Amino acid sequence: MTIALEMKQITKEFPGVKALDQVTFKVNKGEVHALCGENGAGKSTLMKVLSGLYPEGTYEGEILVDDDKKAFTNIRDAEEAGIAIIYQELALVRGMTVAENLFLGNEPQKLGVIQWDYVYSETEKWLAEVGLAGIKPDQITGELGIGQQQLIEIAKALSKNAKILILDEPTAALTEKEVEILLNILREFKKRGVTCIYISHKLNEVFDIADSITILRDGQTVATHDTAEIDEDKVISLMVGRELTERFPRVEASPGDVVLSVKNYSVKDPNQAGKNLIDNVSFEVRKGEILGISGLMGAGRTELVMSLFGTYAGLTSGDVEIDGEKVKIKNTEHAIKKGLALVSEDRKKYGLVLGMSIQNNITLPSLKWISPYGVISENEEIKHSKLYHHSLRIKAPSVESIVGNLSGGNQQKVVLGKWLMTEPKILIVDEPTRGIDVGAKFEIYNIMNELIKKGVAIIMISSELPEVLGISHRVLVLNEGKLTGEFDYKDATQEKIMVAATGGM
Amino acid sequence: MNTQTEALQNKQKIQWIKFDLRAYTMIAALVLIWLLFTFLSGGSFIEPRNLSNLFNQMSVTSVLAVGMVLIIVAGHIDLSVGSLVGLTGGVAAILNSTYDWNAVVVFIVTIAFGALVGLWQGWWVAYRAVPAFIVTLGGMLIFRGLLLGISNSQTISGLSDGFKIVGTGYVPAGWGLLIGILAIGVFALLLVMKRVSRKKFGFDIEPMVLSLFKIVLVSILVLTFVLAMNSYKGIPIPIFVVIFLAIIFTFIAKNTVYGRQIYAIGGNSEAARLSGINIKRRTLMLFVLGNTLAAIAGILLTARVGSATVNAGNMYELDAIAAAVIGGTSLLGGAGTISGAIIGALVMASLDNGMSLMSVETFWQYIVKGGILILAVWMDIYSRQRKSKGN
Repeated sequence: MTIALEMKQITKEFPGVKALDQVTFKVNKGEVHALCGENGAGKSTLMKVLSGLYPEGTYEGEILVDDDKKAFTNIRDAEEAGIAIIYQELALVRGMTVAENLFLGNEPQKLGVIQWDYVYSETEKWLAEVGLAGIKPDQITGELGIGQQQLIEIAKALSKNAKILILDEPTAALTEKEVEILLNILREFKKRGVTCIYISHKLNEVFDIADSITILRDGQTVATHDTAEIDEDKVISLMVGRELTERFPRVEASPGDVVLSVKNYSVKDPNQAGKNLIDNVSFEVRKGEILGISGLMGAGRTELVMSLFGTYAGLTSGDVEIDGEKVKIKNTEHAIKKGLALVSEDRKKYGLVLGMSIQNNITLPSLKWISPYGVISENEEIKHSKLYHHSLRIKAPSVESIVGNLSGGNQQKVVLGKWLMTEPKILIVDEPTRGIDVGAKFEIYNIMNELIKKGVAIIMISSELPEVLGISHRVLVLNEGKLTGEFDYKDATQEKIMVAATGGM
Repeated sequence: MNTQTEALQNKQKIQWIKFDLRAYTMIAALVLIWLLFTFLSGGSFIEPRNLSNLFNQMSVTSVLAVGMVLIIVAGHIDLSVGSLVGLTGGVAAILNSTYDWNAVVVFIVTIAFGALVGLWQGWWVAYRAVPAFIVTLGGMLIFRGLLLGISNSQTISGLSDGFKIVGTGYVPAGWGLLIGILAIGVFALLLVMKRVSRKKFGFDIEPMVLSLFKIVLVSILVLTFVLAMNSYKGIPIPIFVVIFLAIIFTFIAKNTVYGRQIYAIGGNSEAARLSGINIKRRTLMLFVLGNTLAAIAGILLTARVGSATVNAGNMYELDAIAAAVIGGTSLLGGAGTISGAIIGALVMASLDNGMSLMSVETFWQYIVKGGILILAVWMDIYSRQRKSKGN
């Protein structure tokens, strides 16, 4: 068997984090090779190295395509070597026609004039290749279903003469029927000798389509197996197999009254009629406990808390009670008033005004309380922000430092300080330790522990299983908008959560 | 450890004087322009009579620029203010001249009319999500059209003296001096109050020398200005209005919840929304404020010229935007100061005035002003880039 692709000793470092550590990855010609691992295991980073997004020189190691050493300086280099990547988020221009999308950036031209007849005839040919013979090349891309758009992406990759196709979570947004169509097409490709790298959390699909599996964990290659000689349980244990150390300073909870109760809660997808992102979910949170919410990307965790906070576009149904009182949160102002606070997953986009100082960011949701007659009391502002500057140990010369200049961990502490100042009853933290170093993580856990001692209820979304297991007292697991598991931390194991998160069995 | 605390203390000491390179470059550029024109005009540029003229000329643009800063900071733009100056001026002139209304009543009605227009434009932007560029571009045409309609395309003159005085009058010398001294007193008092309050909170207090230095500097500036103006006819009433509005709006921008929220919306609207800020309501208010100021500018212009013409205020929106941008307001939103915009307006007016004084041909005036605008913004972007690289 010939080897289509070999990645040798790939090491990629980000400031403070080793995302990939001597990873080796070998793919045979004409096979479907699955790449599995938890969120953050390094799958995406590895694929970004392979597709030229991280150019030669920013990582260590070698890439061999057909036994030929390659050095990609950009995506185009990788494309020329026959490597095409199809991302989870589709990269099609929705307002353009299928044909325009297919040849975007690659338009056949004579003296700068696009050869439309050629474009259309070629498009028809490629659409037929991916089983979309019914679609007309001049159809607007946005009018097609997500599954069809996915296939158009694949057609686009093939039209560029791709020999190695990388699919990153291709079925995350697809219906079951669409998944079946996609898998059939991949089988068809396999017969024709196209090599496929298939990244997916959905192990049943992986075992359905893949010939072999490589498992990554913490930026290292754990194992490569033929699918015939391994089963799902073994893969899960290889994915999570890690000792829990004292990185997680859990304190025992003494849960008090129920402060938030959610009953039969559903959230509609604002972009896709008839689809529920959250489907009939019920749960409770008590004072003084940390409720972990686990699940894979796209499970609807963020949508759940965003909509509880009154800031998600999708319509909701079901009941929400805070302190036994039924509430219908209208907007974020209302949510804050009701004692909710949300530390969102993307602090730069949703959490901070990067050009403003620490003090201005911390006081932003609480200005009312320090501003008699609408005039901000400068001294009260400094007093309060200094309090959090000090107690959260934000490393910055003064509260007047611009937030954009701080490190990720310190920025996250500013976001925490900002919400603590509103004195919330229920603090929702979405991926609270994403992209920050181990020391700062530990400090953030301690802050959360302090809060539950004071009777605050915390809902923590996290994609890091060890974090969920190490910090929370109860764990909810979501899969495709449905609640598929609820565990006390004493009973929870990474395997159990993973099983529930991948759809249950 | 010891050296670390020392270093920290040093850092804090330095922070009492914030070295804002941008602001100083602006002021340096202004001084340079003034020196250049003084030299080229053989000294007549710097004469009190000419300066008084210059301040009068900049007043309308300045008032518009004050409102424009906040609108641009929030990430919007207002292209309608020029036409609105014309329309409100026309309305005021008709009420005063044709219907013989008392000047004070006319002012109140006109200003209320401006606020109403702002409510209308703000509603389209905030609650109907039509981009401000489009709404105000529409407004620019609509208001000019209304002006042509209500004035029958005729110039409206015959204003009462009570009306004209706000554009042509001067604060009597004695009063001007008194107001100047009072202003210095209030400044010193606020500084002292701040010291006392900071002490109460247990914060570090800026060195006494620095406070004294600030008071002396402000005194010199204020007194020089008042005495220079008094040596001609006194402080022109329009520039008095500008200073008053600039102080009010600086206070709104820096010290009120409303102002802070506007800067937050411009800096990161998503974060602002998630912090519980009602963006729509704030945006609506923004246009009410901006268009109220446009009405004030309309009154000032009409009073100064002595009549309302159909072309009044034509292209003034661009002068206001240029003044704000030269003064350091970022078109990306989130950053900008009122005082900067006033200096920006002063730069533009100085160029106009100086070149007219030198009898430079009009076509050159346009070219030079356009060039300066591009240069100023490039300097701004360049200094920001260097700053971010430095970090």
